[in-house]
Amino acid sequence: MSAKESGHTPKYKLISDRTNALSPSGIRKFFDLLQSMEGVISLGVGEPDYATPWHISEAAVKSLERGYTMYTSNSGIIELRELTCKYLQEKYGIDYASNGEILMTVGVSEALDLAMRAILNPGDEVIMTDPHYVAYDACVILAGGKPVMVSTSEKHGFEVDAKDIEKKITKKTRAILIGYPSNPTGAVMEKQKLLDIAEVARKHDLTVISDEIYARLTYGMEHTCYASLPGVKDNTILLGGFSKAYAMTGWRIGYAVAPKEIIAAMTKIHQYTIMSAPTPAQVAAIEALKTGEPDVVEMVEDYNRRRKIIVKGLTDIGLPCFEPKGAFYAFPSITCTGMNSETFSETLLQEEKVAVVPGSAFGQCGEGYIRCCYATSLADIEEALKRIGRFVKKYRK
Amino acid sequence: MLKDILKILENDPRTTEKQIATMVGVSAAEVTKAIKQAEKDRIILKYKTVVNWDRLEGDEQVWALIEVRVKPEPEVGFDSIAGRIALFQQVRSLFLASGTYDLLLVVVGKSEHKVADFVSQNLAHIEGVQGTVTHFVLKRYKDDGEILEGGEGVKRQPMIL
Repeated sequence: MSAKESGHTPKYKLISDRTNALSPSGIRKFFDLLQSMEGVISLGVGEPDYATPWHISEAAVKSLERGYTMYTSNSGIIELRELTCKYLQEKYGIDYASNGEILMTVGVSEALDLAMRAILNPGDEVIMTDPHYVAYDACVILAGGKPVMVSTSEKHGFEVDAKDIEKKITKKTRAILIGYPSNPTGAVMEKQKLLDIAEVARKHDLTVISDEIYARLTYGMEHTCYASLPGVKDNTILLGGFSKAYAMTGWRIGYAVAPKEIIAAMTKIHQYTIMSAPTPAQVAAIEALKTGEPDVVEMVEDYNRRRKIIVKGLTDIGLPCFEPKGAFYAFPSITCTGMNSETFSETLLQEEKVAVVPGSAFGQCGEGYIRCCYATSLADIEEALKRIGRFVKKYRK
Repeated sequence: MLKDILKILENDPRTTEKQIATMVGVSAAEVTKAIKQAEKDRIILKYKTVVNWDRLEGDEQVWALIEVRVKPEPEVGFDSIAGRIALFQQVRSLFLASGTYDLLLVVVGKSEHKVADFVSQNLAHIEGVQGTVTHFVLKRYKDDGEILEGGEGVKRQPMIL
C-alpha cells in the first residue's frame, strides 16, 4: 500500500533528488530487449574479449592460498604504488611520489567518483566533451556539481577544441574532464590540442581530470599523457588503470595520481567508503606491471587487426566511419538511413539480431551514430557486418 | 609484413587473403605473393585443423611419447637416423633433446597394440637405435596450444556502456 493510499505523507521522498536527477541510461529498455533474445551478435560489449593472462591471475590465486586476504594500506600496497609510479616515469616521464601522490582505487570508476567528490563544491561546473562516457556527467551530478557540455564532431575527429572549452567557462567552472582515447568514439587527442587545453586550464586556474584508461590502446601513434605536458602537474588529476590494457575489467583496480593535497582528499573519502582496493586485485596488478608487458603488446596488435577489418567493413557497407586511433570502438554515422540512433539500434536488433549501442546514449553529439565494439571475434565482426549491410541496404534513403 | 601474415594464419588458416590484406594494411595481391613465397621457402609447411578425436566414439587415438637412445653416426651425428625415423607416418613429432635420451618421438596410433608393434617392428631395428622407452599417454590436457576439456571461456555482458 503506497503512502498515498494509506493516507500517510512520508517525511521524505524515498529517493534523493540528486539520484533522481541522474538520467537513467536511455538504454535500459534496449538492454532488456537484448537480454530476452537468443542468437544475438553483440557489438555492444565494452570490455576485452580476453581473459586476464593466466600468470597475472595466478599471482592473485597464489596470494589467496597464502592467506593474503586482509585489508591493505588505504592508499594501496606500497609495492604496487611504487611500480605504478615507476611505470608512469618510464612510459611518460612523469614523477609522482609513491607516498602521497598516488591512490589505488576500485577501477578508474572509483577514481573518477573520488576526484569529483574531492574537488567539487555544490554548483561547481565541470566542462566535458559531448559525446562522453556515461559516468562522466553522473559522477559530477552525484558530487553536487553541474556538467557542462562542449560539442565535438566527426569533422574534427571528435577531438575537443580548447577554444570551444574556453567559450563555456563561467565563474562557476571548477574543472575540465577529458577522456582520450575515447569511449565511445575511439578518438585520440593530438599533443598540440592537449597543450592548447593546458593553456586554457592554466589561464583560468582550472583542474584538469584526464581519464586515460585506454592509454595503451592506440594504433599508429603514441599516446600523449596529459600529465606529461609542461607545467600541468600541479593542477591535474590523472586517472589510469589495468582493465583494458591487461584485460582485468572484473578485478576492479585502477589509480589516480595528482598533487598531494588532492590525493590526500581523495584518500580521505576512499578510506571511509572503500577502505582499500581489493587485495587480490592489487596483487594481480603488481604481477601485471612486472611481467605483463608482452601480453599488452600482443593484445593491442590483435585489436588493431580487427579495428582495420571493422572500419573498412563499415565503410564498405555504406556507413561512413572516421578512423578511430584508440580504444576498441568504431563510431560510424547512420544518418544515411534517415533513422535516429535509437531507432536504428532497436530495429537492427529486432530485424537482424545485431546489438550496437546508439550514439545518443553518450550525448547529443552522438545522435546519428552507433558505437560498435570490435573486441570480439573476427567471425562475429564479419557476420555482424554482413547483417548490418543488409539492414542498411534495406533502409538507406 | 610476412611476420604479421604468418601470425594471422597460424592462429586461423581460414582467414581469407582479403581479410589478411586489410588487417596488415597491404594489398591482397601482396598477401598472395608473400604466402606463395613462404610456402616455397618452407616457412609455411602446412595449413592445419586441430581436431580432438577423443570426442568421437570409436575414433579415439592412442598417444605415446617414446624416448630413443641412439648411437650417433660419424660426421652426420643424429641427423641421418632422425631423418629415417621421421619418415614413419605414425611419428607425429620428433625431437633431438638434451638429457638421458637422445630422440623424443610423439607417436599416434589406433591402439596400444599398434603403437607397440611400431616400436618393436619398425623402430627398434633401425641401425643405431640402442634402446627405447615408451610412455603411453593416459590423458591429454592440452595439445597444439588448445585446451582439450573445458576451454570454452566465460560469456561477457552483452552490453556495457
